[in-house]
Amino acid sequence: MKKNKLILTIVAIILLFCLLAFLNSIFNSYQTRILKLCGIYIVLALSLNLINGFTGQFSLGTAGFMAIGAYVSAILTMSPAKKAATFYLEPIVPWLAEVEIGFLPAIIIAGLISALFGFLIGAPVLRLRDDYLAIATLGFSEIIRVVITNLQNVTNGSLGLKGLPSYTNIWWSWGVAVVFIIFMALLIKSSYGRALKAIREDEIAAEAMGINLFRNKLFAFIVSSFMAGVGGALLGHLMGTIDPLMFRFLLTYNILLIVVVGGIGSITGSVIGAIIVTVAMEALRVLDGNIDLGFIKIQGIPGMRMVIFSVLLMVVILFFRRGIMGTNEFNWDWFLNNRFFKKRKKTA
Amino acid sequence: MDIQEFLQHLVNGISLGSLYALLAIGYTLVYGILRLINFAHGDIFMISTYAGFYLMSSAIMPWWTAFLLAILLTCILGIVVERAAYRPLRDSPRISLLISSIGMSYLIENLSIVVFGGRPKTFPIPEMFAKSISIGGVTIPFLSFVIPVITIIILTALMHIVHNTKTGMAMRAVSTDYEASRLMAIDVNKIITITFAVGSTLAAVGGIMWGMKYPSLIPLMGVMPGIKCFIAAVVGGIGNIKGAVIGGFILGLGEIMLVASMPALSGYRDAFAFILLIFILLVKPTGLMGKNLAEKV
Repeated sequence: MKKNKLILTIVAIILLFCLLAFLNSIFNSYQTRILKLCGIYIVLALSLNLINGFTGQFSLGTAGFMAIGAYVSAILTMSPAKKAATFYLEPIVPWLAEVEIGFLPAIIIAGLISALFGFLIGAPVLRLRDDYLAIATLGFSEIIRVVITNLQNVTNGSLGLKGLPSYTNIWWSWGVAVVFIIFMALLIKSSYGRALKAIREDEIAAEAMGINLFRNKLFAFIVSSFMAGVGGALLGHLMGTIDPLMFRFLLTYNILLIVVVGGIGSITGSVIGAIIVTVAMEALRVLDGNIDLGFIKIQGIPGMRMVIFSVLLMVVILFFRRGIMGTNEFNWDWFLNNRFFKKRKKTA
Repeated sequence: MDIQEFLQHLVNGISLGSLYALLAIGYTLVYGILRLINFAHGDIFMISTYAGFYLMSSAIMPWWTAFLLAILLTCILGIVVERAAYRPLRDSPRISLLISSIGMSYLIENLSIVVFGGRPKTFPIPEMFAKSISIGGVTIPFLSFVIPVITIIILTALMHIVHNTKTGMAMRAVSTDYEASRLMAIDVNKIITITFAVGSTLAAVGGIMWGMKYPSLIPLMGVMPGIKCFIAAVVGGIGNIKGAVIGGFILGLGEIMLVASMPALSGYRDAFAFILLIFILLVKPTGLMGKNLAEKV
């Protein structure tokens, strides 16, 4: 049975990539871009869900870690000539000027440096709880942004970095997403994952059962910041331009809302939520333009889509508190036991 | 820095501190009762400056009527926000409430970008506040006098309400023990509504004075002061009104003095509050005036 499921999973992943290849060939560049964004948001949602949903520690620092990841990978991959052109206000520090490495090592280093900051920040603040933790992580995320704005000779300050090589294609964004989905699924099933869930349910009981609270929380925080760093790097190479204003905490809110829509504490939920929210944000773009209903023309109001989007979110928060999946996960048992499937089995 | 310059910065810092204090009280009151960081509070503050702006620009009423009306509107908005976003979640986990307040803040911001437009607007300052006075060679805008004075008057009134009236007693009771005060026949919902009304009124007073001091209005202007004032409330000891005032002054003075003494660090001005917060949380997590709470199982 276990072996069957493994085969099913592998087949599903292959099918997914076939589907992506197909969509990639029929979609125009705008639609492909949305598809890539979906993959990136899956990574980011998983990152936030690991710490908020599975460990129960309310962190709002994702945007800061994304900023670190995006900047590290941007600086590592930009060609020396481009750097010289971008840093016109103040030249880049010499030891970074000549660096140029491939995309894979760059995003891995981006993730690792994010994780390092996750360790440095997590070690002091994870002693705090609930809303104190939320505001402290939010604070650190803002400090990161302020530091980036002021480090003119490393990050080019508020001017931002332009002309990042556009490495993020559909394979990178979804490849990374799939790797992280599998990683999360394995992690949650492992003893580490169970320890994290125990901490979420009841810290004191978990501690009494011999779980080292601090070490486990820190572990989750570091893994989460690694993922946020990689996600940020992918996003940077998709956008092509990054600046500190991009990584305001509004970005964290967006990701938090994806997690809420999908279901706090569900991997499947994060995946579905990321896709739905990303696509919906683009679909609602219609509201910003003029709508022609044939007999009546509605003047578009720029910004209206964000209003509708936030109203929808409030509806989810107030009336569908568990989100799409709650804490449930997709699994093959559920799929195989589906009546529709059983019937077909009998006839076959 | 000579003494005159120092005095100027001091006055500036005190008036910024007063504004922070007014806003911080709103956070502390709500946190004391609902254990909720009301992320929408900064946006309520922003709405009050816009309300002041539109009522003043309409020029159909004297400035003080416009201000009072703006404060009233903001107060109503605060009550509406509580009814719409927090009351339905009264019995759910605190995290849901926190997420709801983030959602509400997001909604108000997006709505005001559409309604008010993204372009900065200039707050019309009534003539009597636009003057400057000079004392012993130090030129001080009249406003920098008015702000602390109004703040002190309002704080005295608030202290009177909280400590000497029945409503104030009920507010303190609810913040001490939510369940027990319900059993004591206190209408908890009514008290929460009053708390939001008081908090929003103070935010509106702060907001209008903020508008006169920093006249450029944008829809996202409430976010930073909002977060900073929550920090001020935490620094002073959350749930404690005096603490919020002290925290507000520490933050306002600290920020101005930091920039004044080390101009090279002016880019890090916004980081000052967060560094202060993290320092306080690590050294004395209950804040300067906070009581030590035993951990409940």
